[in-house]
Amino acid sequence: MLFKVFPEAELTRLFELLAKDRIVGPVKKGEDQQGRPLYDFDVVHDLADLHLDYTQTIHSAKNYFLPYREDLCTFTFQNDDWQKEVDYGVYAPLVLLGLHPCDINALNKLDKVLLGGRYPNPFYGEKRGNMFIVGHSCTPQPFCFCQSMGTDSAIRGFDLFLTRMGDLYFAEILSPRALHLLEQIDCCDPDSSEHRRYLDLMEERESLFVAHVDTSDLTKILDLEFQSPVWQEWGQKCLSCGTCAQVCPTCYCYGVTEQVDMDFSRAWKEKQLYSCNLLDFASVAGSHNFRPESHTRIKYRYYHKHRGFVEAFEESLCVGCGRCGQACLARITVPEVIASVRAGKE
Amino acid sequence: MKTEREFVQPGAGEQFEYSYKAEITNVYPLTGMEKLYQIQLVDPLERERFTFRPGQFVMLELPGIGEAPFSITSSPVRHGDIELCIRAVGNMTRFLDRVERGTMVGISGPFGTHFPVEKMEGEDILLIGGGLGIAPLRSPILTVLENRSRYGQVDIIYGARSPSELLFDYEYAMWRQFDVGLDIIVDRAEPGWQGPVGLITELLKERIAKGHADRFRERTSAIVCGPPVMFRFVCDLLIAAGVPVEKIFVSLERRMHCGRGKCCRCNIGSTYTCLDGPVFDYWSVLNLKEAI
Repeated sequence: MLFKVFPEAELTRLFELLAKDRIVGPVKKGEDQQGRPLYDFDVVHDLADLHLDYTQTIHSAKNYFLPYREDLCTFTFQNDDWQKEVDYGVYAPLVLLGLHPCDINALNKLDKVLLGGRYPNPFYGEKRGNMFIVGHSCTPQPFCFCQSMGTDSAIRGFDLFLTRMGDLYFAEILSPRALHLLEQIDCCDPDSSEHRRYLDLMEERESLFVAHVDTSDLTKILDLEFQSPVWQEWGQKCLSCGTCAQVCPTCYCYGVTEQVDMDFSRAWKEKQLYSCNLLDFASVAGSHNFRPESHTRIKYRYYHKHRGFVEAFEESLCVGCGRCGQACLARITVPEVIASVRAGKE
Repeated sequence: MKTEREFVQPGAGEQFEYSYKAEITNVYPLTGMEKLYQIQLVDPLERERFTFRPGQFVMLELPGIGEAPFSITSSPVRHGDIELCIRAVGNMTRFLDRVERGTMVGISGPFGTHFPVEKMEGEDILLIGGGLGIAPLRSPILTVLENRSRYGQVDIIYGARSPSELLFDYEYAMWRQFDVGLDIIVDRAEPGWQGPVGLITELLKERIAKGHADRFRERTSAIVCGPPVMFRFVCDLLIAAGVPVEKIFVSLERRMHCGRGKCCRCNIGSTYTCLDGPVFDYWSVLNLKEAI
């Protein structure tokens, strides 16, 4: 990996260079009841709107690579026949500016399932191929448990990663394009004191995590505790609203609906991101539902994230961003659920 | 060091959303609820190249209406001239119930795992179907009959709710000509029904009583298709008779929106029913929470 440092003021120039393409980054959307700022990812036209020092966005940046709604194909009807057209909907490059390590690792995990296997998904793949990713270091929040999930630092899956060190930016470079970009601004190789400063900063950051999840033997424990009454209790709390899946950076499941134009000349197939907590997630024709009760669905959610995915890819599908717990109206958080399953009681 | 991002293979995308243009060439009512649809891939080359194994499924697409998975019920020797046995029970299948021959549909697949009938050669085979489970079961039945001399004793055990709900009854005489045992039981008799009345497990118990434990242990495979509630009862009897768990095969049903391991709707634990199933051996089923 190559490293560079550049003065804080050079960020303006960097932003201008990147702004040739559409930039999506953290912006302030409002304030919560305590007056704390609320952030979300959005298109950024002006550097002043970009809040690289953001705590956490409400939603992940998922909408830009896995849109909540997306047309998979359109059909044109003519003379009792039809023609199918497929459009991946990728027309221009996109810069994701300011992703935290958890969100970069989320993309790395999604790549495994969506771009691997026999049927790589081109709707996602085309968008990923057209992305330039600039990561930004973060300050651990009370709800962040990425350290436990091993996703607190990103070692791949970005072009450029920036860490603020006072009036300097420490840059990690992973692509030639990122290198060429930095060649156009005032930057230099870091000296040994800056190496030290960076490492000290990382060490300090590691000590700031307060939320933890014990993942040791978790796949086995989840199997052993499959019938645990704890799940019933969480099931009673869960609202089955699917909010957790919508804010999650790695939830990728979807449903498909087909619609027809009023004059029957066209139809289209639309994909909609779904949630395994919604009542009809596993229902089939003939009114059979494989997970009719709330507790079977919330349990499935944890099994897929922390057991199923681990078995398939040797890592958890959860990146520990804590968004689901923050967004949950029933106040269900991953660290609490996992701790209760381990303990056998809530 | 990472250079250019090149994730998707050229052409892979086309494959992802590609569906064969196909025509419904015939529709036969089987019972009040089910119909047999003969569907032919329009392009002769695609039709010839379309090969599948018994137990695999296709995604059937009715543009503007919906797309859903269906097990192929015909024999693989017929390539892209497939038959699907479909019950009018959901939005899409109720629409399908009203279509006529000549309707153009989309077919993608074949997807998923198959019943390994090639590995069962030389063995006795028990083919056990309950209700609509006979639809996926008919493909391995026909495959076994086409290669009858390669198998030992072949028994088909089929249970339906009532005599009028029996599927493919016009074929039973033909099946029997191939020296197979075909036993049928119904939950509810109707006037004129001469056969037994009761649960499918009764027939299976009788068949097991007639057999030898050594033979079940050493040279018997079983294929089981039916409603979820049937699997455990039937498979427990088979296991008690000595049939090894890894030689019992079931076909599972789940909701699917892609068939390609991406929509996650058919997920059971770490397993996608569309990729790792729909056919599972019973050893895998025992290792999957909430599979049956």
